[in-house]
Amino acid sequence: MPKLKVAVFDFACCEGCQLQIYNLEEEILDLLQLIKPVEWREAMSDKSDNYDVAIIEGSITRVEDEQRLKIIRENAKTVIALGACATIGGINKIKNNFKMQDVKEYVYGKDAKMPHLNTYPTKAVNEVVKVDYMVHGCPINIKEFSYIVRSLAIGKEPKIPNYPVCVECKMKENVCRFEYGEICLGPITRAGCDAKCPSSGMWCFGCRGLVDDPNVNAAKDVMAEYGKTIDDLRGKMLLFSSKQEF
Amino acid sequence: MPKTVNISVNHVTRVEGHGNIRLRASDGKIEKVEWQVPEAPRFFEAMVRGRSFEDIQTIVSRICGICSVTHSMAAIKGIENAMDIEVSEQTDKLRILCHYGEQIESHILHVGYLVAPDLLGQNSVIPLVESHPDVVKTIIRLHRVGNSCMELIGGRMTHPVTLKPGGFTAIPSSEKLLELKTSMEKAIPDLKTIAEVIRSLADKLPDFERETEYIALTNPDYYTFYHGDIASTDTDEKVPVREFERVVNEYVLPQSTAKWCKWHRDSYAVGALARFNLNAEQLLPMAADTAKQFGLKKHTCNPYLNNLAQVVECVQVLEHGLQLIDELLTKGLKNEPVKIEPKAGEGVGCVEAPRGILFHRYAFDKKGFCTKANICIPTGQNHGNIQKDFEAFAPKIIDRDQDEIRLLLEMLVRSYDPCISCSTHLLNVEFV
Repeated sequence: MPKLKVAVFDFACCEGCQLQIYNLEEEILDLLQLIKPVEWREAMSDKSDNYDVAIIEGSITRVEDEQRLKIIRENAKTVIALGACATIGGINKIKNNFKMQDVKEYVYGKDAKMPHLNTYPTKAVNEVVKVDYMVHGCPINIKEFSYIVRSLAIGKEPKIPNYPVCVECKMKENVCRFEYGEICLGPITRAGCDAKCPSSGMWCFGCRGLVDDPNVNAAKDVMAEYGKTIDDLRGKMLLFSSKQEF
Repeated sequence: MPKTVNISVNHVTRVEGHGNIRLRASDGKIEKVEWQVPEAPRFFEAMVRGRSFEDIQTIVSRICGICSVTHSMAAIKGIENAMDIEVSEQTDKLRILCHYGEQIESHILHVGYLVAPDLLGQNSVIPLVESHPDVVKTIIRLHRVGNSCMELIGGRMTHPVTLKPGGFTAIPSSEKLLELKTSMEKAIPDLKTIAEVIRSLADKLPDFERETEYIALTNPDYYTFYHGDIASTDTDEKVPVREFERVVNEYVLPQSTAKWCKWHRDSYAVGALARFNLNAEQLLPMAADTAKQFGLKKHTCNPYLNNLAQVVECVQVLEHGLQLIDELLTKGLKNEPVKIEPKAGEGVGCVEAPRGILFHRYAFDKKGFCTKANICIPTGQNHGNIQKDFEAFAPKIIDRDQDEIRLLLEMLVRSYDPCISCSTHLLNVEFV
């Protein structure tokens, strides 16, 4: 079986999801039996336009980046969005709650007029081009990344959880964050992270985005049980899920 | 000798973030040599405005995937400074230990995965899997030790979740800390192996020196990454971190979306070599011995040798990390619940990221909502120095083959271990 030719590209982000690929440690050596990286700027000096799979990390915030992404989409058979910045816009979308002129002037002051500092409101990758698969999370779950890439390499369809984080959190036998008086996005957020944050004493901030069809009524019941409202839940969504509707 | 040289590298590889190199020369005369930073700006300081003090570290950790622990800690220290929050000795030690995990992970990633291919004449680490399997496996093992340290204390490897103002949401058990100790002890021979490999290849690092001002945290009692004052190799003055703006003196240039910095000269450098140049006499015995084997001495002004200083620091943090674990275990770990009453104030947090000194400043209203933020990133502080190195080094190598010039300039950029995506959201707000 020929190896899958894979290229990794990054846009506006912290590059922490690419870093997770290194964090596979020894498992990288196994993956290299199935895939051939042909371009990956953070790790390799090689470049190529000839790839089967393009892995896109980061959000799109500039016209020139949008053009670059469209060319990558044309070159690739399969496009994978890697991490919250790419799948839902993530932290970068907090910017969209402000006026672009305001954020630019706040950061660059009197120099804000320089044209190279222009950006537009943050877009997730699928707001610009078609995305075939998403590796959710901030950062991604490396096991899930490896599973998706291995599935594609052997021609299998990867299955991504479409149930809330609460399911995984219960399996870990954690005490519910609501019991501590906190507001947790677990009831509406897509699982697949192994409930890492609530297991470390932190409420879920929704970095994997919403489940496809969030059960708003169940979420309302949970909120009511703890004397809170859906608007309280929406307030917490400003961190990772700005502009996501449910 | 080529009559004209024209080098245009877009998006230098094997670095974090996007940087370009431009060089034009004819008849051996440099017409233009430029380090450019085209990274997309992300405006973090603008985004944290209006957010609760409890959410700040979660947001700003995302400035950088590879120094997320450092960013979280700088933010938390800034918040604690603003609200006069004291932390326990246990919290202090656990934080420093967690931060050491990031130093090991980041330095090993840089030296092992990003720089070693240059020293072995390869484009990436991937061919080394075949040609040097034992070296690659040793690098992987060391990389994992750094990661497991961050995961155990911070809750996960990247973007920690347990760190918060005042302390931790959860602390490790003594058993887990003991496991970490064992894996750190086992890492010592691995690190010695890698140090020896790097020493044997050190002659591949170009011989280039330029008088440079180095800036780092310093502490009279120990080799510091976390507590201290700002020091420079150009002066004996020690500047409290609350006054960092008078050190960094940021400015904006058309060739960069990141701001640049200068203090006593046109530029200065931060990072492992800066810390070494300021604090080398405080290294613990094994780390001092590693430096000696490398022939690395204070007042080193060759930027390429930053890679050697990074290996020395890996030994240092492993050595001190083991001491910290012993101290924590001897005293016994205990849960320390944190309850913070927010109050209005302004504060600064400073931590040494693997790639240099990092500053965060925040102001909060009486309910603990952020009203102002200013973040000054190590790579932003290095950009000007990379440019000045280019200007000094390019004329010395201009008669070489064009590909060799390009490689030497790329290696120069890499030696700083830049984190360009981080550096691209600096800020101009005037704090009184």
